[in-house]
Amino acid sequence: MTGTVRDATAATDRPLRDLISIEDLDTDDVTRILDTAEQLLPIADRRRNSVPTLRGRVVCNLFLEDSTRTRLSFDLAAKRLSAEVINFSASGSSVSKGESFKDTALTLDAMGVDCVVVRSRSSGAPLQLASYLDTPILNAGDGWHQHPTQALLDVFTMRRHLGDLTGRRVVIVGDVLHSRVARSEVQALRLLGAHVTLVAPPTLLPPAVAGWGVGVADRLDDALVDADVVYALRVQRERMHRAFFPSSREYARLWGLTVDRVERMRPDALVMHPGPMNRGVEITGDVADSPRAVITEQVTNGIAVRMACLYLLLAGAATHTEEPR
Amino acid sequence: MTPLLDADDVRRICRRLAHEVLEANHGADGLLLLGIQTRGVPLAARLAGFVAEIEGVEVPHGALDVTLFRDDLGSRGPKPLTETEVPVSVDGRTVVLVDDVLYTGRTIRAALDAVSELGRPERIRLVVLVDRGHRELPIRADHVGKNLPTAYGDQVRVRLEEIDGEDGVFTEVVT
Repeated sequence: MTGTVRDATAATDRPLRDLISIEDLDTDDVTRILDTAEQLLPIADRRRNSVPTLRGRVVCNLFLEDSTRTRLSFDLAAKRLSAEVINFSASGSSVSKGESFKDTALTLDAMGVDCVVVRSRSSGAPLQLASYLDTPILNAGDGWHQHPTQALLDVFTMRRHLGDLTGRRVVIVGDVLHSRVARSEVQALRLLGAHVTLVAPPTLLPPAVAGWGVGVADRLDDALVDADVVYALRVQRERMHRAFFPSSREYARLWGLTVDRVERMRPDALVMHPGPMNRGVEITGDVADSPRAVITEQVTNGIAVRMACLYLLLAGAATHTEEPR
Repeated sequence: MTPLLDADDVRRICRRLAHEVLEANHGADGLLLLGIQTRGVPLAARLAGFVAEIEGVEVPHGALDVTLFRDDLGSRGPKPLTETEVPVSVDGRTVVLVDDVLYTGRTIRAALDAVSELGRPERIRLVVLVDRGHRELPIRADHVGKNLPTAYGDQVRVRLEEIDGEDGVFTEVVT
């Protein structure tokens, strides 16, 4: 049946029918996604050919905020599973002509898409979309709220290097306040039993951080001593409308990952970053290019994790065009 | 559950199947044994063991997960994925697919697609421990351990030491 619009109340009680927030997942869900991604990695990194699993399914990338990398990653993930991909971006679309979000959703539904990957500058847009549509919704980042696939690919990368993350120590440094990555990351790491320490300029820590179940450190150097992973957040100039720190140079001195700092970490500790990097601000070029940095690996792993999410959300769902026999 | 084959039967059958594979192939040259997840995998390893015993040659063996190639995921939901471990390139080899039960043939169809994605073998053969009939596709096995006439809804359970802690084949008539 096409054109099925579900009422908003039905949206909440469907485990893994959508992926909107890490908060909706439990430890088993996360483990299932990571285990699936592990098996899909040889297809994601081109050691094996693509597979016909989602042939005939249509995945729509609804990108209401620019993001080349995430869109390409979802695009490739869908294509490695043989799904068809259509792209719907804000600029040049009816959204810029003032079409309401609901009408955009109804249009996509009428066109018969099987899954919507949505990126928006507004927190809550994916949940709103899920209330309009019966098709699985995958959140590709909404405002300051969540970026679940980024968190999943990060914990996937950590798990591939460190094994079980129980009791491992992860330091997240940078602009926690504006970061949907940090929010999702903390939740995913806690589900897997890791200890998280946040290090940030006081102006870039959210007031609610006390309820996150994480440690907060003032000095990056102290936090790094026994860390297994340091995760540098991007300084998000586009989300900052006020002065949160004096200058880029000041930021780099206090909260940037420099060779000096990183050399004092444990020999097997990892350096991670969600990209795109501001080299010389939150991370120096030398650190980004060092063997500890697994930043390019995160990119490849991102394709595998997004394949896993698409597989788990779509392989069980009925197609839009026909009921399975 | 009615026992049909015991551990000794299974052992004798596997040994015979290894002989048959070697006979059809005129030796062990170019063989690659691929077990279909889950119970085909230990069976493939056992056949490789018998081949080594009979012919004195170690033939490569591996595991094939065909879930991503199935045509029934829409109705059955996303099954957990398991390892595909192919130790050598399939190109130019005689790939011997190994499975426990041959039934509708849909798993084998998926396996043929899975192997084709890995490369271009010279030929593909199929070995099954039990053929229970009721094919939905024009697929047959080259070597069959035991032909077992069943009703469509009956259950056939193969149990293997490596997975289930014991060897044996059991049937259950569903009424």
